[in-house]
Amino acid sequence: MTDYTEMWTSLGLDVDGHNALLAGLGKAYTDIFLSQKDRPEGMKYFDFVMSEVHGLRIKELVDAKAEGRKVIGSYCVFVPEELVLAVDGVAVGLCAGAELNFEAAETLLPRNTCSLIKSAFGFKLGKLCPYVESCDVIVGENTCDGKKKAYEILGPLVKDLYVMDLPQTKSEMGKKLLKEEYRKFIAKLEHVSGKKVTPASLKKGIEIVNAKRKAVIRLATIRAADPAPISGLDSLLVNQVFFHDDPVRFTDAVNKLCDELEERVKHHKGVFPKGTTRVIVSGCPMAVPNWKLPMLIESGNAVIVGEESCVGERGTRWLTEVKGNTVDAILDAITDRYFNIDCAVFTPNPSRVNYVKEMTKKLHADGVIHYSLQFCQPYIMESGPVEKELEKSGIPTLRLETDYSLEDAGQLKTRLEAFNERLKRK
Amino acid sequence: MRYAGIDIGSRTIKFAVLENGKLVFSRKSITSHDPLGTARELMAGVAFDRVTATGYGRHLIKGHLACPVISEITAFVLGAHFFSDDCRSILDIGGQDTKAISLDEKGNLCKFEMNDRCAAGTGRFLEVMATALGFTLEEFSAAALTAKRAEKINSMCTVFAESEVVSLISQGADRNEVALGIHKAIVSRSAGLLKRVAPTGKIFFAGGVALNRCARTLLESEMGVPVFVPPDPEIVGAIGAALCASENV
Repeated sequence: MTDYTEMWTSLGLDVDGHNALLAGLGKAYTDIFLSQKDRPEGMKYFDFVMSEVHGLRIKELVDAKAEGRKVIGSYCVFVPEELVLAVDGVAVGLCAGAELNFEAAETLLPRNTCSLIKSAFGFKLGKLCPYVESCDVIVGENTCDGKKKAYEILGPLVKDLYVMDLPQTKSEMGKKLLKEEYRKFIAKLEHVSGKKVTPASLKKGIEIVNAKRKAVIRLATIRAADPAPISGLDSLLVNQVFFHDDPVRFTDAVNKLCDELEERVKHHKGVFPKGTTRVIVSGCPMAVPNWKLPMLIESGNAVIVGEESCVGERGTRWLTEVKGNTVDAILDAITDRYFNIDCAVFTPNPSRVNYVKEMTKKLHADGVIHYSLQFCQPYIMESGPVEKELEKSGIPTLRLETDYSLEDAGQLKTRLEAFNERLKRK
Repeated sequence: MRYAGIDIGSRTIKFAVLENGKLVFSRKSITSHDPLGTARELMAGVAFDRVTATGYGRHLIKGHLACPVISEITAFVLGAHFFSDDCRSILDIGGQDTKAISLDEKGNLCKFEMNDRCAAGTGRFLEVMATALGFTLEEFSAAALTAKRAEKINSMCTVFAESEVVSLISQGADRNEVALGIHKAIVSRSAGLLKRVAPTGKIFFAGGVALNRCARTLLESEMGVPVFVPPDPEIVGAIGAALCASENV
């Protein structure tokens, strides 16, 4: 394996702490992913990406920077990668999925802050995320109150934090706000990169990101097959790598994986026996390496066939349909696309539960597991009405609230087993 | 055929054997530091054809005995059916967890809720509070029933509630009224769980706490529906597991 110590040191990482993190991550990956049976060959690419997630990929970012390209980090699916690509920048999702250095995070944040926010701070304060340290700009976004206020505290800790406002209602005013925010973001990108956004550069960015989303939508569609040709864990991993990898190479790898999976479906080959209980996970995002819940679900004889989540269909299910040839017209198209995202920060937010119903039907799921991160107010609040609506439509639903720690694994397992038994006895 | 069920709980282990649909044998023991050893002792010398395990320790036994496992939730649904066929919900307050389950018209599992990761408002909570007041568990329930009014207990955390009780006593509060306050606190929390699963009729009350007459009375008045307590409320999970063993042909 290549030694990246020098690169990590020059990025200012805490190399010892970072080595410990990688060792832990490697072990978890081996135990959770590599131990799965009959994995598709196409997952080897993602295994490789994960083994080099803080190595080769970071080297690519460092090389891109040496060529004068800018690295733009973000924590949310509302930050359009298309715009970053339009100034020849590199967009990366930032680390927020591990219970790491929470003691340090809690010196700045209240204890009852969700794990995702705490993790982002833990990584930054511990100098453990080479993505954060490689960024020229970190984009914050006013989604929930937790993140909004956390960015105020994060600002002084990083080189250049740019905060984007977001609407809270799906109104005409809301859409205008989103468009204006994207326009301001373009100005910011032009300023840091010294490059001008043109209709041609925007269209190129859209083409790359559309292709990437199309590939992931294709994967999501294939998962309707029974037996499931791919595990929920592996599919989640693909959706997680979506945020870190080079978009063109990623698209190619996902399409190759899909070719293989389509063959599997033709031959009725799967990773779980036909008739295995099928569930959809809906709710908060699961950032790398937050694999706890899917691992518990799939080790309990159920298979996840879809994720209604930012790391999943909520982040990927719409394409940008370009109309017009001016920056303004193209920006309208981009705004239209992103304005669809049915995050729980919107009020009201009926399209989310409707889509969960649609997913349940098209993916032939037996039930829905609603996953909320502890202290994530928008999703926890929404979980009650979502559960009620799904049950009313005859879709069994299990509501879970958890965090990144493993202390409640036993309790979760009991609930999941009971839910599985309920689905089987249906 | 004789079908057995073993329910490895956090505080006690229960073992039951059914033959021709009748309970022919049952016994229980404190879980101790060695649940596997205790389970073996309970099962020693008892004849049965098949066994199923449930309870928080179910996976522990799986590696040592070739037996299937079911979750406590399903075990209680099956076990409740053994004793009664007209209950529409189950409340089980065990040693370290509380379960509320609603059933459909056919007695199938509908919804369930469980307490969070700590032992707040469970049997263990009652034990600690009884000790803090210097009562045995039997005295505790009887004392609470004699009280005319209840002291309000605000905390459901076993640790915080204990210090609350100590401070109430030091302020000269009546011991029986504190006892009633504690019972009210645990029942209103459990009733809250039950209301979340939206039951419609008679409640099947199981687990060690169902033996507590004060808890039973308070639950009935809080929920406004009849509460049914089986002859041995602690054995319900084990019987459910035994019934499951009889189904898995």
